[in-house]
Amino acid sequence: MRLIAEKLGGERGGQPVFSDIDFSIDSGECLMVTGPNGSGKSTLLRVIAGLLQRSDGEIRLEGGGEEFPSVASASHYLGHLNGMKPAMTVGENLAFWQDFGGAPGMEVGEALEAVGLETVGHLPFGYLSTGQRRRISIARLLVNLRPIWILDEPSAGLDRESERRLSALMSAHLGDGGLIVAATHLPLGIEGAATLTMNEGDEGATEREAG
Amino acid sequence: MLALYLRDIRLGVRAGGGALTGVLFFLAVIATIPFAVGPDLALLARIGPAILWIGALLASLLGLDRLFQADRDDGSLDLLILAGDRHMLALTVMVKCLAHWTASVLPLVIAAPIFGLVLNMEPIGIGATALTLLVGTPAITFVGAVGAAVAVGLPRGGLLVSVLVLPLAIPVLIFGVSASYAAVNEPNPFMPPFLILAALTLFLAAIGPVAAALALRFSAD
Repeated sequence: MRLIAEKLGGERGGQPVFSDIDFSIDSGECLMVTGPNGSGKSTLLRVIAGLLQRSDGEIRLEGGGEEFPSVASASHYLGHLNGMKPAMTVGENLAFWQDFGGAPGMEVGEALEAVGLETVGHLPFGYLSTGQRRRISIARLLVNLRPIWILDEPSAGLDRESERRLSALMSAHLGDGGLIVAATHLPLGIEGAATLTMNEGDEGATEREAG
Repeated sequence: MLALYLRDIRLGVRAGGGALTGVLFFLAVIATIPFAVGPDLALLARIGPAILWIGALLASLLGLDRLFQADRDDGSLDLLILAGDRHMLALTVMVKCLAHWTASVLPLVIAAPIFGLVLNMEPIGIGATALTLLVGTPAITFVGAVGAAVAVGLPRGGLLVSVLVLPLAIPVLIFGVSASYAAVNEPNPFMPPFLILAALTLFLAAIGPVAAALALRFSAD
């Protein structure tokens, strides 16, 4: 499976945020998107996921087969917001996304264990701390099988131990042949990840280096 | 899809969901009318169906703005839109509308006969009004979904949704009330306005979710 972007351009409110972004990542590869605040990392991720219309270029998925005809159908998107209902328990939230998303992966209990929160399943999501909420939404990535993970600041609010656990989960996903596109300003310790540096301004200000 | 339906009902019924707020607002509207019109029982009975319909219309508009905004605020809306290849977004919207109707509007329909007693209506009039509400209120929800989807990006879109939706809900109101009246006033036929009401609901059920889905897709930022 291969995710390819060609001359990708994005805009927000009619203002071009980035343009001419090229990359291609294969199964088992990770692309780290870095850059200062306002350089368009989140916009790029939303364009890749298809939540924002691209202004230019193309993004496509090759080798997805019948199960994953488009990038959106093959992707988990973890944005700034966690996508969980505060009034429902953690277990109910995860079970809902598992049910709704199809292609079930881990059981809810297993996923909670994987993020080290197996004891909070019965608590309303609203009772959790910021870091715990983040970890629950990381657990959401595990309950449905998706080859592509699009992660926007996945480590926001996490303590060191949880960051380490997140890196391990990401490495395991890559090991299973998954793809990851992550925007972050923290090194997440993924071996052999490519880096896409976004600079403020636009026109061809991006470069790619092998990490 | 069933999971989404159950989730939304659960959220609607739980504390802060707004299901009870609608019924209380409905009660408030119905309870103030006799004070305003005076203790003329015959008059109350005559305007009863109209009052019930207006009360139910306003009460069902009350919680509409949260239909998508709650999902947008916590990021669920992004995930629902992303799942568009598995579950067509229009279908997702449809299910959300049905859940909203079940949790927030159906209680109004159930409460309407009790409020009809307060307005001194005849049993047959109460029955007809409840039946027209049952058939007509889904149309208001489906139209309301379009308004809610258009206003989803606005921080205080509640009033805007009501104002956007109200003109489109007027035909529903007209045929709902005229069918209710026809049940009580002998010469007028009940079926024609009632069937038009049912047709309006079916029509809006078909186009409302599609329009709302389109609006949601382009509202993402």
